[in-house]
Amino acid sequence: MGIVRIAGPVVVGDVEGASLGDMVRIGEAKLIGEIIGLRGEQATIQAFEDTNGLGIGEPIESTHFPVSVELGPGLIGSIYDGIQRPLDTIKMISGDFVPRGITIPSLDRDKKWHFEPRAKKGDKVSKGQVVGTVKETELIEHRIMALYDGIMDEVREGDFTVEESVAIISGKEMNMIQRWPVRMGRPYGEKIPSYEPLVTGQRVLDTFFPIARGGAACVSGPFGSGKTVVQHQLARWSDADVIIFVGCGERGNEMCQVLLEFPELTDPRTGRPLMERTILIANTSNMPFAAREASVYTGITLAEYYRDMGYNVALQADSTSRWAEALREISGRLEEMPGEEGYPAYLASRIAAFYERSGVVKTLGGGEGSITVIGSVSPPGGDFSEPVTQATLRFTKVFWALDAQLAYMRHFPAVNWLNSYSLYIDDVESWWEENVSKDWRELRDRAMALLQRESELQEIVKLIGTESLSDEEKLILEVSRHIREDFLYQSAFHEIDTFTDTMKQYRLLRSIMYFYDLAKEKITDAGLEIILKLPIRAKISRAKYLTDMAGFDQIDEEIKKSLEGEDG
Amino acid sequence: MVRDYLSISEISGPLIFVEGTKDVRYGEIAQIQLNNGEIRRGQVLEISGRRVLLQVFEGNEGVDTRNTKVRFLGHGIELGVSGDMLGRYFSGFGDPIDKGPKIIAEEKLDINGSPINPYSRDYPLDSIQTGISAIDGMNALIRGQKLPIFSGSGLPHPAIAAQIARQAKVRRKEEEFAVVFGAIGITYDEASFFMRDLQETGAIERSILFINLGDDPAIERIATPRMALTTAEYLAFEHDYHVLVVLADMTNYCEALREVSAARKEVPGRRGYPGYMYTDLASIYERAGRIKGRKGSITQLPILTMPEDDITHPIPDLTGYITEGQIFLSRDLHRKGVYPPIDVLPSLSRLVDRGIGKGKTREDHASVSNQLYASYANGRNARDLAVVLGESSLSDVDRLYLKFAEEFESRFVAQGGYEDRTFEETLDIGWDLISMLPEEELKRVSDELIGKYLRGRKER
Repeated sequence: MGIVRIAGPVVVGDVEGASLGDMVRIGEAKLIGEIIGLRGEQATIQAFEDTNGLGIGEPIESTHFPVSVELGPGLIGSIYDGIQRPLDTIKMISGDFVPRGITIPSLDRDKKWHFEPRAKKGDKVSKGQVVGTVKETELIEHRIMALYDGIMDEVREGDFTVEESVAIISGKEMNMIQRWPVRMGRPYGEKIPSYEPLVTGQRVLDTFFPIARGGAACVSGPFGSGKTVVQHQLARWSDADVIIFVGCGERGNEMCQVLLEFPELTDPRTGRPLMERTILIANTSNMPFAAREASVYTGITLAEYYRDMGYNVALQADSTSRWAEALREISGRLEEMPGEEGYPAYLASRIAAFYERSGVVKTLGGGEGSITVIGSVSPPGGDFSEPVTQATLRFTKVFWALDAQLAYMRHFPAVNWLNSYSLYIDDVESWWEENVSKDWRELRDRAMALLQRESELQEIVKLIGTESLSDEEKLILEVSRHIREDFLYQSAFHEIDTFTDTMKQYRLLRSIMYFYDLAKEKITDAGLEIILKLPIRAKISRAKYLTDMAGFDQIDEEIKKSLEGEDG
Repeated sequence: MVRDYLSISEISGPLIFVEGTKDVRYGEIAQIQLNNGEIRRGQVLEISGRRVLLQVFEGNEGVDTRNTKVRFLGHGIELGVSGDMLGRYFSGFGDPIDKGPKIIAEEKLDINGSPINPYSRDYPLDSIQTGISAIDGMNALIRGQKLPIFSGSGLPHPAIAAQIARQAKVRRKEEEFAVVFGAIGITYDEASFFMRDLQETGAIERSILFINLGDDPAIERIATPRMALTTAEYLAFEHDYHVLVVLADMTNYCEALREVSAARKEVPGRRGYPGYMYTDLASIYERAGRIKGRKGSITQLPILTMPEDDITHPIPDLTGYITEGQIFLSRDLHRKGVYPPIDVLPSLSRLVDRGIGKGKTREDHASVSNQLYASYANGRNARDLAVVLGESSLSDVDRLYLKFAEEFESRFVAQGGYEDRTFEETLDIGWDLISMLPEEELKRVSDELIGKYLRGRKER
């Protein structure tokens, strides 16, 4: 019987021994698909590839295995499509355009890796325990984890391909590759709370709206507000061990930029190419959208695998709206009853299930690993009240609201400081106190209050001009401008400005606030005019380009001198 | 085996259902023969057992359920392409309409194309000179980019499109350049204006036009941009041309898409447009680009009219999420008599950074652009302020900026419909304007550039 119905990416047909979630090969073209519904023997399938040319009656074969990814050495540095097919190999095999029905192993089967045992013969091991390591890249030591509980009967050091056996555990051979279904979270010991920030080097994020390791953040904004640049900056500069970047239904040229740039860029902490800690998953907007739906799961499963080894992983999904739209599209083809704006009623639970795969965990092997998820959302018309943004905000504790108005004014990153929030501030406060300075929180809160005050004053200025403001209020406007232009504004394209470490962030903000405090004291004696003309202000503006802390000492000293000098 | 089916069971809008079919393939094209011998074309949208749902491109007027014959052709919609297509006009479905000779196809290509492997893409790094300062100076068009023009009804986007089609060029001699124009549901007046304009200026020699007029079948509009892009891909990736594809008007395309969706009784998304419109538009816009190891490029300039000038309407909104920036036409500037009425503030070309500068356009390009942008933004703020508080209450600097904004609009943005400015001319006008401002206000240009370009100008 085979195929009985074809409607876009939804195919219905008889599949022998079908079970829900199984991966199938559809028709003579052997397109890849997944069973998403069953009625008797008849399966409803979402095809991950374009179904043009399929005909009624063509066979459907089940692989009798859920849609899954291959895990093992060789993942780092790879560029995959939404269902983990390596795009570079695809190009080698079939040229510049993506063909259909192609099957390529996700991991290189011929490459030999040097396996170094960590467990000895006779050791008792448990599932998830590290039994050996492979140097995957200069930055990442790939930890091979036991697949079963048992006694190590044998463990071999040497060069092996991923399929060759490296150990025998209680009579069972074990190699370095395993498959894992993407829709099933990998097991861990337990979740633990997180008190450490993921440092991104982006001032507005780290200082004002920090994300904790293992947290989840939503970056949202209308087109042109710079979501993708923010995501790229995070992929470049976050202090995670492993970065997984999922380009989900976005622009081909942007993906191309990532693919060309990342091998050239170096990790600021190690000086090694960024690709040595990065996995890219590219499913551009013109590639079949059902695979878009799979791509975020592919990404998070790979993230969990490295988490289980004890790494801190950051996963970026740009954009989860495209994923939600794929859900909506498939739901529509299934003629399901729609929820809000045509999205399926299970939209929120799917989003929740995805973000809940983040977190810091005690791994099965006894270590500690984390996944931080940063998802971008592209709300239609920039309207945050739409279902995807709203559902996402319920499950993420950080909201970076990007703003078209700021982007028009070329203020980047266009994170609106009044609408954004982070619920991790209390959690990470102690980390900043220990590692940077005791008064970090106070400083941050004062600066924030100033910005809030500024926006109120701006309302007045719009109505009746600056003339009606007192000198103190005018000073607030000027100092807020320093905060906005010299602290919040950060150029992604400037060699030094693109990344600011936490100490420098603190010192920069402290200098601005120090200027404010002294200026406020002197304002009645010296007069606003004179204070505003002080040459030190230009130095504060250029302080973001300083590279050592001595520069900030100098600036602070000069602030003191010039403002106290006005006294006499 | 070719079979004719006489088994149409239902006709609904642009759709027909054919029963009892065998061996039909999804996406296949069908030929529909009416009782009077007229032949139309349709495409398979859905197959359910032996029942096939067809979308008929030319519409269903005159189709009946008794005598109309349907034959499936065994392939998708194809376009025969050839280098001889340059200088010719075609219908929205790819048939020659200029009474010229038939095109002898060098290759037959599926008009849906295939997605470019992201790994094979090459980054856009070079610009196209359109001769329009507001574009070239402020938001240069980069080869391989997709940069839409967001317009509104009554704004002169047809004239701008024609001017770009006429003037656009790549600047290195050895490079070949072509314009493919996909007219989607435009009026006869607009179409004949284009054709006449291209003929008279000789630009037709390097152009190919696909024309679907407002009174042509609406469903054909779904094929027209794909015809244009298939031709463009052939020229760019087989014959090394830098191809500029102008698609006007994408709003009409989206409406055709909605029409099919409504006829299929699909769950509508925002404003009745189908939920898959993002994906569908992406399958058009994403066909812009460059490929590693191939010389040509495809640059897209889609034009769309925003209903009620509303940028949050689904058509401009989804377009903006896919394309790499936008050129924004402003009704205010148009009312002031500025042609082209391009508002540079909300306009943006995302890929501009690497496509301009030394060796490509001129070293000062990015700085001049940033300085003009910042100063104009200040001028516009001053103008807003003047409206509320009166011009007399502005500070001296603000008054200067106000004057700058006026001059910027009348000298830099405004230009003749047949005035073709080079990058250098555009930048020089920019420096003329910058010289109105005191040097301490110029924060976006380096001292070096000021020394080289500005001081000499002031002395003169």
